[in-house]
Amino acid sequence: MSTFVAVVLLVLLAAACGALLGFAAIHFKVESDPVVEQIDAILPQTQCGQCGYPGCRPYAEAIANGDEINKCPPGGEAGVKALADLLGKDIVPLDESLEEAAPTVAYIREDECIGCTKCIQACPVDAILGAPKLMHTVIVDECTGCDLCVAPCPVDCIDMIPISDKGWSWPEPAQRIPVQQVV
Amino acid sequence: MNRGNDIIFHSSYQIHGGIHPPENKAQSNQSPIQDLPIPPQLVYPLLHNDRPLTPTVEVGERVLAGQIIADGKEATSANLHAGTSGIVSAIEEHSLPHPSSDKGQCLVITADGADEWAPRSALKSAFEQPREALLEHINQAGIAGLGGAVFPSHIKLASQVETLIVNAAECEPYITCDDRLMREQASELITAIELVLYLASAKQCVIGIEDNKPEAIAALEEAIQLRKKETDLDIRIGVVPTRYPSGGEKQLIELLTGQQVPQNQRPSALGLLVHNVATLYAIYQAIVLGQPLISRVVTLTGDAATKPGNYRVRLGTPINWLLEQTDTQPYERCVMGGPMMGFELKDLSAPVVKATNCIIAAGKNELSEPSQALACIRCGECADACPASLLPQQLYWFSRAKDFEKTRDYNLFDCIECGACAWVCPSHIPLVQYYRFAKTEIRAQDEEKRKADAARKRHEFRTMRLERDKKERAERHKKAAEKRKNAAQSKGEVDEKKATVADAIARARAKKKAAKDSSS
Repeated sequence: MSTFVAVVLLVLLAAACGALLGFAAIHFKVESDPVVEQIDAILPQTQCGQCGYPGCRPYAEAIANGDEINKCPPGGEAGVKALADLLGKDIVPLDESLEEAAPTVAYIREDECIGCTKCIQACPVDAILGAPKLMHTVIVDECTGCDLCVAPCPVDCIDMIPISDKGWSWPEPAQRIPVQQVV
Repeated sequence: MNRGNDIIFHSSYQIHGGIHPPENKAQSNQSPIQDLPIPPQLVYPLLHNDRPLTPTVEVGERVLAGQIIADGKEATSANLHAGTSGIVSAIEEHSLPHPSSDKGQCLVITADGADEWAPRSALKSAFEQPREALLEHINQAGIAGLGGAVFPSHIKLASQVETLIVNAAECEPYITCDDRLMREQASELITAIELVLYLASAKQCVIGIEDNKPEAIAALEEAIQLRKKETDLDIRIGVVPTRYPSGGEKQLIELLTGQQVPQNQRPSALGLLVHNVATLYAIYQAIVLGQPLISRVVTLTGDAATKPGNYRVRLGTPINWLLEQTDTQPYERCVMGGPMMGFELKDLSAPVVKATNCIIAAGKNELSEPSQALACIRCGECADACPASLLPQQLYWFSRAKDFEKTRDYNLFDCIECGACAWVCPSHIPLVQYYRFAKTEIRAQDEEKRKADAARKRHEFRTMRLERDKKERAERHKKAAEKRKNAAQSKGEVDEKKATVADAIARARAKKKAAKDSSS
């Protein structure tokens, strides 16, 4: 008899827990993976594809699924460090095949542009303005410097210009070690 | 505010912290303000608050004193005017009066010695003019806060407030330009106060002044009494104890009213407007005399100054010319601003600008190089001295460790960079430098984050748009195919391919016909 009661009780308990979990799965469902969101927030959003994925979000998803965290040159060492902190991984140096480059902005030499719209189609952030057979130009404030527009240009009229000095800022105070003269 | 019928009242409110550094004001406040001769060349940095200005004149052009030579597109910049008549001889790189001692674009005017003025446009019967006209006049005159922040005055004056507070505390050691201005131009300042009261629809004015300036207080009291005989005015002088930094905007408000300005808000949230004495005098000059902001009073002091005192200097005057004209002896260091908040000038060809209130030519042992910083011993002196009730020690640790999130949590942005904490620090730690460094880093990070967010948004929108276009195209094709099918069925044609071709021919014909019609 007691065995029967125990079995019934356990079955009831399992059913109750199952119902609770089922309810939670429907009503507290998380739409997307919060880790992906957090990784995506760290990535610099240049959408340059140097990591081998078509944009920052796909790379964020790949990292969440276990890909290496050192494939983002625009994010640099600081980005790798932030990702390592978030995911509890070790800090690894940036992938050697990729180089950390200074931030740049695209510039179209407008008198050479033939108006083919190929760069407009390549731009991941819609930062190029123009129409077929009309001159194109870059909206400097929106350009992320991904250089995806350079390759498609049939007349090679796009330059990547390094962003000139961001202006002066207060330096970090020097932490000097006192040097004493010992005679 | 403790009310009374007397003009002068002593405020009973206090602020947290504060320090008593040696005042060193007697060297420079004994003699009247003198005019400094106009230098052969005037240099104007094409910058206002680190934002670029656009020159409105060309190289080689002759300009007259008071003529606008540069303006800014941004709301926080103010017009720049020629200080004397002459030729615009260059727009070139020149040293800036900036802690970085960097070079920047400057406009150079070679004076012709005539000092010929452009027509001055004083506002006649200013109190009958609409407010907008006065504000525009002040905007045109390029007036910005001469206390040091150089925020354009017409923007501040556009708000409607209850009370005007005149910042006459001048709490920083060595500086005496406001003191002398009040002693010598008290009645002009009262006129300026009346103008600002009218502009801001304010009912009353309190002049906040430290008790170490009895002569200035007496001069102002006399001027107020004289004016009160003619008209009904509510201007009073609030005397506060001498303690650095009582002249900080938020500190002065607390000292006079007992109220604290809420975090991230301006004094207008309390119905207050704060203006510096020198700014008020500039407003007087602009409206009553029709003279834009082309000169200011600069205190020259320090042990190496043989003729310390206050000088009315044309903006753009190179600082080495000022030192030459006043026979200043060789000095150890030259500081622009006061000893607490100023910075050392490395290149003295930098010019006097709107923010230059004081030049200290320091002698030996006067403002010595900061000594070697030692380890923090956690004594807590800095927290006692902080006028903003912050925890400087915690801020120091977090700034040093570059834990900027934490510095923000500890209200780093409420720090007014007064330097009281560094002054009391027994380990000589350059605390303010750490805070400035942390502030600029945080601002840069915020800017990067803003850019990344914008790029993400644009990229997501683009992906969405491309998908939507693709879907719409597919839909269109499907609809067209269905239409063709239906048409074919209604015509009784079974061959779908034939129907498609017939359809295309019909379409082409229609198009041709339309083209013909429109061309003919």
